[in-house]
Amino acid sequence: MNEALLRELVPAVIGILVRRGADFASAEDAVQEALIRALATWPDDPPRDPKAWLVTAAWHKFVDATRAEASRRGREVAVDAEPLAGPAPSSDDTLRLYFLCAHPTLPPASAVALTLRAVGGLTTRQIAAAHLVPEATMAQRISRAKRKLEGLPLDQPGDLATVLRVLYLVFNEGYGGDVDLAAEAIRITRQLAALTDEPEVAGLLALMLLHHARRASRTGPDGRLVPLGSQDRSRWDTGLIADGVTVLQAALARDRLGEYQAQAAIAALHADAPSAAETDWVQIVEWYDELLPLTGDSPVVRLNRAVAVGEADGPRAGLAALDGVDPELPRYAAVAAYLCERSGDLARAAELYADAAHAATSVPERDHLTREAARVRQQLRGS
Amino acid sequence: MKYLLLKHYRGGPDAVSPQPPMDQWAPEDVDAHIQYMRDFAARLVETGEFVDERALRPEGTFVRHDGVGRPPVTDGPFAETKDLVAGWMLIDVDSWERAVELAGELSAAPCAGGEPGREWLEVRPLFTEQLLGTE
Repeated sequence: MNEALLRELVPAVIGILVRRGADFASAEDAVQEALIRALATWPDDPPRDPKAWLVTAAWHKFVDATRAEASRRGREVAVDAEPLAGPAPSSDDTLRLYFLCAHPTLPPASAVALTLRAVGGLTTRQIAAAHLVPEATMAQRISRAKRKLEGLPLDQPGDLATVLRVLYLVFNEGYGGDVDLAAEAIRITRQLAALTDEPEVAGLLALMLLHHARRASRTGPDGRLVPLGSQDRSRWDTGLIADGVTVLQAALARDRLGEYQAQAAIAALHADAPSAAETDWVQIVEWYDELLPLTGDSPVVRLNRAVAVGEADGPRAGLAALDGVDPELPRYAAVAAYLCERSGDLARAAELYADAAHAATSVPERDHLTREAARVRQQLRGS
Repeated sequence: MKYLLLKHYRGGPDAVSPQPPMDQWAPEDVDAHIQYMRDFAARLVETGEFVDERALRPEGTFVRHDGVGRPPVTDGPFAETKDLVAGWMLIDVDSWERAVELAGELSAAPCAGGEPGREWLEVRPLFTEQLLGTE
């Protein structure tokens, strides 16, 4: 049976149950139980309408569970008055589920776990494996998140920006275990894009596709980090790039620019360049200038912009663009080191690369920066 | 039996062959060092003796409870004198002798000039959760 197809149905089914009066935690539990039954019975007895089957099965589970609890008798009465399950278009219900899972009161790690479970349809075991934590830990994280959502009014319009941030977090978790979270994030964002006409959703989807297309080339043999300029562009996934560019162009055409669209535009310019030397840095700087006000003058964006300015107008202009950027920012030292090296100040570059290695947050990044420092020092000794 | 191999940035006995900071090595020495560690771990995966390993970032501090309702006391961050653990590897081997042998191999990782670094590694057996020899 197609497990992926089954997972696609999860958010809509939970959404329908919630709309009919089920609380979120019970609806989610009921759908998980219905899924288990589906996996057991569908191979021998496939339903004509899988979604309607799931809604009915989950609704029965929910009603059973509700009946079993004396304290919920009041709700039961309301439940019985509801119409029976059947196929129903429910994009609003599904959309509401996205908002609920990414609720601003949830800590980001919980919002990510809940989104993967309720919207993505992953099992707790899969989510735990992907985050390299024990299954019991992840089960606790999810049930605490569900408890936190208890009693929240479900009729409020949610904050789409929070949903997008959570989905981008999922994308950036990378992958562990048998689930590729980046691919999951793309799948879930695609569903969201089908539910809403907000161009920023398409912008985020395009950004993910364009990043994902370059993944294979980003690390060398032995997990070594390969910077953009040295990547083997023949290993980029041209299909994904074309997909990302199409999604982006449709979003931009609607003329409501947001930060994900602007970031995707920058990623698209990188993806378009046949070689690092042919990158259109002037246009990239222009996009950074669009992006800055959209992010409230984000220091991280300012830092990345300095790199682009360094390429477009030379390393001295890049260093000037660093003026006023907080040197405590992660990667500040790495950017400054690169610009110093290109401007010919090798001694300062070596120091900065070593500082950057010291502040690195991942082993591949630390090793890469240590190599850069060693390489520049060797040049210094040779000159 | 499981053993923890602790690598130290500082602390432990004085170095036998003191090394300059890694960023001052020749680039090929850096590569050789990283490759050695990687090969070492890969080999232990093959022998079924590898459990886990992690590198630790250098910043950190000591924290102490200082009474209910008071903020905890922290010491540092300090970067100059105190013992500092750079990372660890957890291995699952048949004997103490094997753990010591492997720690010795890890300590032989090539450093500046391609010479073995001979850094000190701390080897600590883990307590087990199981009661051994009972029914």
